Amino acid sequence: MKDTLIQVDYRFEDVTGVRSGLSDVSYLADDGIAGIVYLADRLAKPVLIEGPAGTGKTQLAKSVAEMSGARLIRLQCYEGLDESKALYEWNYKKQLLRIQAENETRDWNEIEDDLFSEDFLLSRPLLEAIRAEDPVVLLIDEVDRVEIETEALLLEILSEYQVSIPELGTVEGNQVPLVFLTSNGTRELSEALKRRCLYLYIDYPDLEREREIINAKIPGMDENLADQIARIVRSIRQLDLKKHPSVSETLDWAKTLLLLGIEKIDADVATETVNVLLKYRSDIEKAIKEFADNPDSIEETEEEGAA
Amino acid sequence: MSSTSELNGSTSLEGEESPLLDLLNGFIVELRLAGLPVSLTESLDAMEAVSHIPIEDRDAFKYALGATLVKNYSHWKSFEIVFEVYFSIRGSEYEIQENELENLTEDELSEAQHQQGEAPSGGGAMSGLSPEELQEMLFRALLNGDQALLRLLARQSVIRYAGMEPGRPVGGTYYLYRTLRNLDLDSMLDRLMNESREQALNELTQLEERLEQDEYKNRIDELKKQIESEIRRSLVADRGVEAMARTLRKPLPEDVDFMHASREEMANLRRSLYPLTRKLAARLARRRKYGRRGPLDFRKTIRHSLSYGGVPAEPKFKYPRPSKPEIMVVADISGSVAAFARFTLHLLYAISSQFSKVRSFVFIDGLDEVTRFLEGVEDIGEAVHRVNTEADVVWVDGHSDYGHAFSVFWEKYGKDIGPKTTVLILGDARNNYHASQSWILKEAHHKARKLYWLNPEPRAYWDTGDSILGEYATYCDGAYEVRNLRQLETFIEKLV
Repeated sequence: MKDTLIQVDYRFEDVTGVRSGLSDVSYLADDGIAGIVYLADRLAKPVLIEGPAGTGKTQLAKSVAEMSGARLIRLQCYEGLDESKALYEWNYKKQLLRIQAENETRDWNEIEDDLFSEDFLLSRPLLEAIRAEDPVVLLIDEVDRVEIETEALLLEILSEYQVSIPELGTVEGNQVPLVFLTSNGTRELSEALKRRCLYLYIDYPDLEREREIINAKIPGMDENLADQIARIVRSIRQLDLKKHPSVSETLDWAKTLLLLGIEKIDADVATETVNVLLKYRSDIEKAIKEFADNPDSIEETEEEGAA
Repeated sequence: MSSTSELNGSTSLEGEESPLLDLLNGFIVELRLAGLPVSLTESLDAMEAVSHIPIEDRDAFKYALGATLVKNYSHWKSFEIVFEVYFSIRGSEYEIQENELENLTEDELSEAQHQQGEAPSGGGAMSGLSPEELQEMLFRALLNGDQALLRLLARQSVIRYAGMEPGRPVGGTYYLYRTLRNLDLDSMLDRLMNESREQALNELTQLEERLEQDEYKNRIDELKKQIESEIRRSLVADRGVEAMARTLRKPLPEDVDFMHASREEMANLRRSLYPLTRKLAARLARRRKYGRRGPLDFRKTIRHSLSYGGVPAEPKFKYPRPSKPEIMVVADISGSVAAFARFTLHLLYAISSQFSKVRSFVFIDGLDEVTRFLEGVEDIGEAVHRVNTEADVVWVDGHSDYGHAFSVFWEKYGKDIGPKTTVLILGDARNNYHASQSWILKEAHHKARKLYWLNPEPRAYWDTGDSILGEYATYCDGAYEVRNLRQLETFIEKLV
């Protein structure tokens, strides 16, 4: 009974609840993240998440879905996405069959009325999300990849939670799902879209949080090693690099070190495994130059690493 | 929902006279004055959002406002400053006193209690300490990373060293400078490093040393921030919220003037350059893809007209030839535009990594092609360094001579300008009264597709002194004032 009440009313009790709920599904949110997820629920507004790649933007939506036991509906955006892929489409084949099947027996007007009914409507992710009976979380991933004109498709559904279909009228939603939009910032999103959303910027985590993330995501990790990893990553992020290591790369690195059975990172270990963390040659060289004991031996160690 | 937040909700939403509503209104007005585009719906959202948040929770309050009012991360810093000014007097004072009791060690505790007793009188705590003792406490706090104590010490140092004079209309930086000079944090860093070297069992490897150093630097930065906000807080208390907000108002990143950008602002600008050029490249590519209408194809139309009995009912068009933009950038890197030049080089680099055919030239009074330094180089820092050291740009005395630079350009590279080439010239056209040689631009304009001039000087200064932009501009397709990112973006939009 109580459960249904919460469903209808609000999903989350308070900010702390969101935070602990997320950490139960091993997503470590800071106050800002938890607070905005909580607000998104209270205000029934979508959340627009921006930030560097690999800081857990998509993961946040997944974790929120997991935590609230909701189904995740995901719309991956790409250039050329249109309404038949995002919103709805008429099932032409079925319509054609219907016309053929009843052409003899029924009046054309009747058939025509039938043709544009819900039976022939194919729901695409956006429509499906608001029509779903069960709780859902809608994730619109990499929204900056669609053209600015296509963005307009999202506006109605994001503010009114409804879809207008010319042949059918307005389809009202059964629920107000939690909506997350992610963007890598390759272009500025339109004002109209931004206005409808709560804005959340997820930056690289601070030392404390990164350490916790490592510990939470990789069981069996030594605390001291995790601390060392987090410190090194933080120092590397302070360098002027082409691409800074993301959280997922930090985790990869930690896993690598764990597999290699390393207990303490020294300069040699770091130089040999840094290619897990950094993906550009110039970045790797720069990092090694900064941290190695003896910068002259770079070439040597690199060859060893390759071999 | 707890009952307190419900109460807050009703007061902030319905009570017209509520102080919170007034405060929020003032806050939003100030955000707008600072240049942030806050719309009406967004401000209503903010009001609703805070009604769901217990107001005692300052962090949650801040994030609620941030999420609803600031939709661009580069504006976050401006938001933070305004927020601090408007809401700092409330809350954080208590915060300090709650924490300090829990965290302080034995002998510091007596100090703290002393402080608590005197807190209302403006926190004249620890005033009994000698400067050396204060320094020592600071050292310990930094060594142990003791946040609460650091906050307390930041406050004490401001009281002691900033020498604030009530009512004096100076900005916070002056006080910040005075406080930091007295604390001498650089030698503090050395001391911290020595200490951790001694504490270590073995000798520190370079890696460890580096990590320790980064850690301490981080803590010191944290302390600086504490001091800064402490100063701001006292200033707000002294001079009132609005006056303070006005003093602290700073241009948004996209409005920062290239010529007068601080180091930090410059770094921000550089970071914003990449998305900009990527945007430009993406838009060009899309044009090529969707702009599928070339000129009328006469032959094809006639051929098709046969099926309509000779009536050209359906006009046919040629497929447009995808034009590959060729860009030639000619940039002044002389002293008079030094700050802009640094930016220019980064812009050159960013452009050349996005377009297939970009040739870059730099000049002072001589001119040299630098395409080779910028292409295929992964590290921008190195590229810029090579341009600065290796490019042969000085002919006589290293004062800009546009005339001579242009004649070198025309002589050596003029033949490469074709009907597909867009030529961009970046500079202030301050020619030191040399011959202008503007006929070169006239010729180049004839041959090139477009010729643009971007000037980092305010339009009002054009054609004053030795600036001869007017003369050059007659032969350009356009001369634009480009002093900040916003103007650059507008220009780029025009270009595509």
